[in-house]
Amino acid sequence: MKAKIHVTLKQGILDPQGKAIEHALDSLGFKNAANVRVGKYMEVDLTETDRTKAEAQVKQMCEKLLANTVIEEYRYDLQ
Amino acid sequence: MNIGVVVFPGSNCDHDCEYIFKDVLGQSVKLIWHKDTLPAGLDAVVLPGGFSYGDYLRTGAIARFSPVMGAVKTFAREGGLVIGICNGFQILLEAGLLPGVMLRNTSLNFICKDVYVKVENAATRFTNRCESGQVLKIPIAHADGNYYTDPVTLGGIKANAQVIFRYCTAEGKVTPEANPNGSLDNIAGIMNADGNVLGMMPHPERSAETVLGNEDGRLIFLSILSAFGKSEQQSRLVSV
Repeated sequence: MKAKIHVTLKQGILDPQGKAIEHALDSLGFKNAANVRVGKYMEVDLTETDRTKAEAQVKQMCEKLLANTVIEEYRYDLQ
Repeated sequence: MNIGVVVFPGSNCDHDCEYIFKDVLGQSVKLIWHKDTLPAGLDAVVLPGGFSYGDYLRTGAIARFSPVMGAVKTFAREGGLVIGICNGFQILLEAGLLPGVMLRNTSLNFICKDVYVKVENAATRFTNRCESGQVLKIPIAHADGNYYTDPVTLGGIKANAQVIFRYCTAEGKVTPEANPNGSLDNIAGIMNADGNVLGMMPHPERSAETVLGNEDGRLIFLSILSAFGKSEQQSRLVSV
């Protein structure tokens, strides 16, 4: 099973990288691009075949290491 | 004093910290590889600056799981003195030994320059040789020093006098212009509630000798010595 994990800054947390990209898009002429947020994307292969157990493992990985839940939120797909 | 300086893969201020405590202040220092545990009999542990694990994932996020960190947590819980400088501060935050997180500097730049910080609490084991409100000139060198925490935690650490250093002007005014990285409330250094764990972004080890043109950082190390009833020994450098 493969977990595809997205980690992004929570709404309301300043994202200086997102802001810089937004300005660059603006100067390229993409005047309607707003609220750019930069995040991380990770893929993890799991040997677990039970979906519920795999989901529990991925949740733990996110909570313990992959995201800092003070400022970041995460979502994942299991395939 | 017996000082332990932890060496993570990517630490690069470990030898500077060793040098200050051993060669400048005449104390006993051990460098501790992150895969080892802490030796018995340490008075204080330093988590030095650098780029542990290449800052992968988030600064300090992986170093926090280094084998030695279990011992550092126990050492801190039992009242041992722990100081984290720059990357060391980031590791303490990720490890939960101090509250909050570091965001990227608002400018997105790696900033390496002298800054001024105001000593907000001089009644600590890390600042007892400073005066309250004293302005220290100490260099910073980081890309992720933009301190952030939730409003409730911020209120708590302020009320509890755990904010130890704040970025300020040379005259000691805490202004947005004096804030190099966007830190919440100009915070440059905080302490835990028990007063035995300090994290600070500025590098006092880079400003602790006359020959470097700046001795302000020395006050932090002298304070730690004073907290243990020690004073600096004759510098080995003098006798060389």
